[in-house]
Amino acid sequence: MDISINHFLAVSAVLFTVGVVGIFVNRKNIIVILMALELILLSVNINLVAFSVFSGTITGQIFAMLVLTVAAAEAAVGLAILVVYFRNRGDIAVESVDLMKG
Amino acid sequence: MELIAFYILAAIVTVSAVCVIAAKNPVHSVLWLILTFFTSAGLMVLIGAEFLAMLLVVVYVGAVAVLFLFVVMMLDVDFVELKQGFLSYLPFGALMGIAFIAEIALATFARGTAANSFNPYPGAENNAEAIGQVMYTDYLLLFQMSGLILLVAMIGAIVLTLRHRPHVKRQSVAHQTARRRKDAIRRIDVKSGEGL
Repeated sequence: MDISINHFLAVSAVLFTVGVVGIFVNRKNIIVILMALELILLSVNINLVAFSVFSGTITGQIFAMLVLTVAAAEAAVGLAILVVYFRNRGDIAVESVDLMKG
Repeated sequence: MELIAFYILAAIVTVSAVCVIAAKNPVHSVLWLILTFFTSAGLMVLIGAEFLAMLLVVVYVGAVAVLFLFVVMMLDVDFVELKQGFLSYLPFGALMGIAFIAEIALATFARGTAANSFNPYPGAENNAEAIGQVMYTDYLLLFQMSGLILLVAMIGAIVLTLRHRPHVKRQSVAHQTARRRKDAIRRIDVKSGEGL
């Protein structure tokens, strides 16, 4: 039995689920939430590459590259916001982010 | 043989991803994240998507993970306190996880097996060439736009984190080049035996 697309879809599904669960269980720690987001985007990339390779069209890999770009940009801006927030408040507790709620 | 390699890599990906969200110390989380990215790159090499795999290593391990590491080590936060409530959130998180995986499994099995013609680089010598052939022609606009996104993100990150501190001496190029000889040099007649 050779590697099929279903193998990769299974890995990608597991990775996606781990990412979603990571957001739920680390509700206080925004750094780990950002890492869980990276895991989710990685699972999307694996999915795109697997579909691209196993359907014989290169387009999926182009899109995986675009997802990679967006993930890098998102990490940079997210961490910049985190640094500024820490500088202003001295902690990064997620619960106190609703400061502007009326 | 390939299947064995796949199962090993898949097991490492799964375990390290779980460790990312379960590790007590965020520095360890970042290191597990790096392992996840590396192993995913291995998975991609396994099916012939070498270019994407190298990109994954360069972008994620080389840039994103290092950025995470910098920020985690820069912020002086009590991470033990942040970890509180992990167990109380766990049942709900596990429930969500089971729901998600069940939905995905349902969708996959309802759809049946997808088309399975293995072809990593259609119409080209290698993977990078196949990507290059379409990236700069059919997807030129998307390529340019992703560059623009990176530029905007870079400017945004700089604008967000830059701060002007007073009392820090900086070079002022305009002031420097606008200086003339008569502003800078004085002639003083020093009488002998007196000093200034």
